[in-house]
Amino acid sequence: MLYALFVLLLAFFGGFSIMSIEMLGGRILAPYFGSSIYVWGSIITIFMVALSIGYLIGGQLSLVKPSLRKFGGLFLICSAAVTPMVIFAEPVMELVFEYFWEDPRYGSLLAATGLFFIPTVAMGIISPYAVRLLVQNAHHSGSVAGRLYFVSTAGSAAGVLMTSFYFVLWFEVNTILYMLAGILAVCGISAVTVGVLLGRRALAVGAEA
Amino acid sequence: MLKKLAVAVFLLALVPAANAEIIYQKTSLYRNITVTDDGNRTCMQFASKGYYVSQQTCQYNDDPDKLVFDYARLVMAGLLVNPNPERILVIGLGGGTLPMTFHKLYPEAQIDSVEIDPAVVDVAKRFFDFEESENVKVIARDGRVYVKQAARFNRQYDYIILDAFNGDYIPEHLMTKEWLEEVKSILAPGGVLIANTFSASRLYHNESVTYEAAFGWMKNVKQDSGNRVIITGDFDPISREELIARAEELQDPRFDPFGIDLEWTARQVRDDADWNREARVLTDQYAPVNLLQGDN
Repeated sequence: MLYALFVLLLAFFGGFSIMSIEMLGGRILAPYFGSSIYVWGSIITIFMVALSIGYLIGGQLSLVKPSLRKFGGLFLICSAAVTPMVIFAEPVMELVFEYFWEDPRYGSLLAATGLFFIPTVAMGIISPYAVRLLVQNAHHSGSVAGRLYFVSTAGSAAGVLMTSFYFVLWFEVNTILYMLAGILAVCGISAVTVGVLLGRRALAVGAEA
Repeated sequence: MLKKLAVAVFLLALVPAANAEIIYQKTSLYRNITVTDDGNRTCMQFASKGYYVSQQTCQYNDDPDKLVFDYARLVMAGLLVNPNPERILVIGLGGGTLPMTFHKLYPEAQIDSVEIDPAVVDVAKRFFDFEESENVKVIARDGRVYVKQAARFNRQYDYIILDAFNGDYIPEHLMTKEWLEEVKSILAPGGVLIANTFSASRLYHNESVTYEAAFGWMKNVKQDSGNRVIITGDFDPISREELIARAEELQDPRFDPFGIDLEWTARQVRDDADWNREARVLTDQYAPVNLLQGDN
């Protein structure tokens, strides 16, 4: 029970981070590509494409010895994938602008790909993998998936709201990104730790039996 | 409180007269555009339901040249610095009043306007006599993108007007220090920048210090009614007194049809800096301008 709550909490923060980053995407691209409707179109497209690929990968990964430790490792990868957004945003947009100055539509699409694609794919892996960690039998799989989507989408809603209503008023864009990387890292470390502890216990229980 | 009341009264004044007839309506990519005609004048509004209506442009039906709004007369303050502009950039077209007025006053000047919303360009042409020609061009693009591109091609302007705010939503990327530095980079030596901005709310202070950070100084040209433009540019600050003296020299009957009185404009210039210098400079990293605006 506690284990399930823990996995759901991690999924919540995964959903939170994805949408917080998507909200910031508009702010990150605006200095180079403006805030026209197609800039938002680019961002949403790239997030959707990246998430769909992440779901696919997550499903496949869950087939091979799923564990909480690997799940934690995934969060650490997500955390590491967020930081380049801070460091490379300027040079990436500068480069894209250099070649695509004529057409901000494809310019923003390309820049959004360069900046957000990899971290979003990584974060897309979280949900299907979490489903696998929670499913114990086929009968309950639908209700587990439903609960998980509920939690991670609620996390997304919270991420959008907190970012657009408050974070941008309190912090700089890069500070928020570092905070998200921090949240993902804490999620990852705690998942790995719990995974290791549970693994030991499982071994101990196995030895007693 | 008084400030809030003043804003409310100001906004009420913007609501069209009850007998104004709606002659055109369009939902564009960015907003609802309405054109009304009350028999006396034709106006373009950006309406958001249940919220106030922000008047964009008005034109007198029987005297189309005459500027309706005082803010447009404040924008002419740049002429006191640069009486013969040759390359003018207007960011935010509205009904095209500003570019057309400049075109009539300076037919030789090259005037570029940048407007994000193509539907606004159409309305300006259809209802407000805005016309493109060899010297009057309009580019349908985000202002920031245009300025970046202009900088890339070393295009320069000696009179830049920032007029991209419609009252209910402020484009955040057109308020930051980095943006103003980009604008500065396409300002010709000695060029003047005029920005139509906000006089109420916390944003007033943030905005003022941001202009100071980018240009080193700025001055208000404002009325007690709430209209305010900023004047700054690639020149040393000039005192109100000096500007009034210049206005007297520049008096010319050709300004009369537009209702432009440069001396009146010069008298609205304020030498004092009445904003809070401790306010936070707006940057691309920190620009919650719509949140600050709501916060008095």
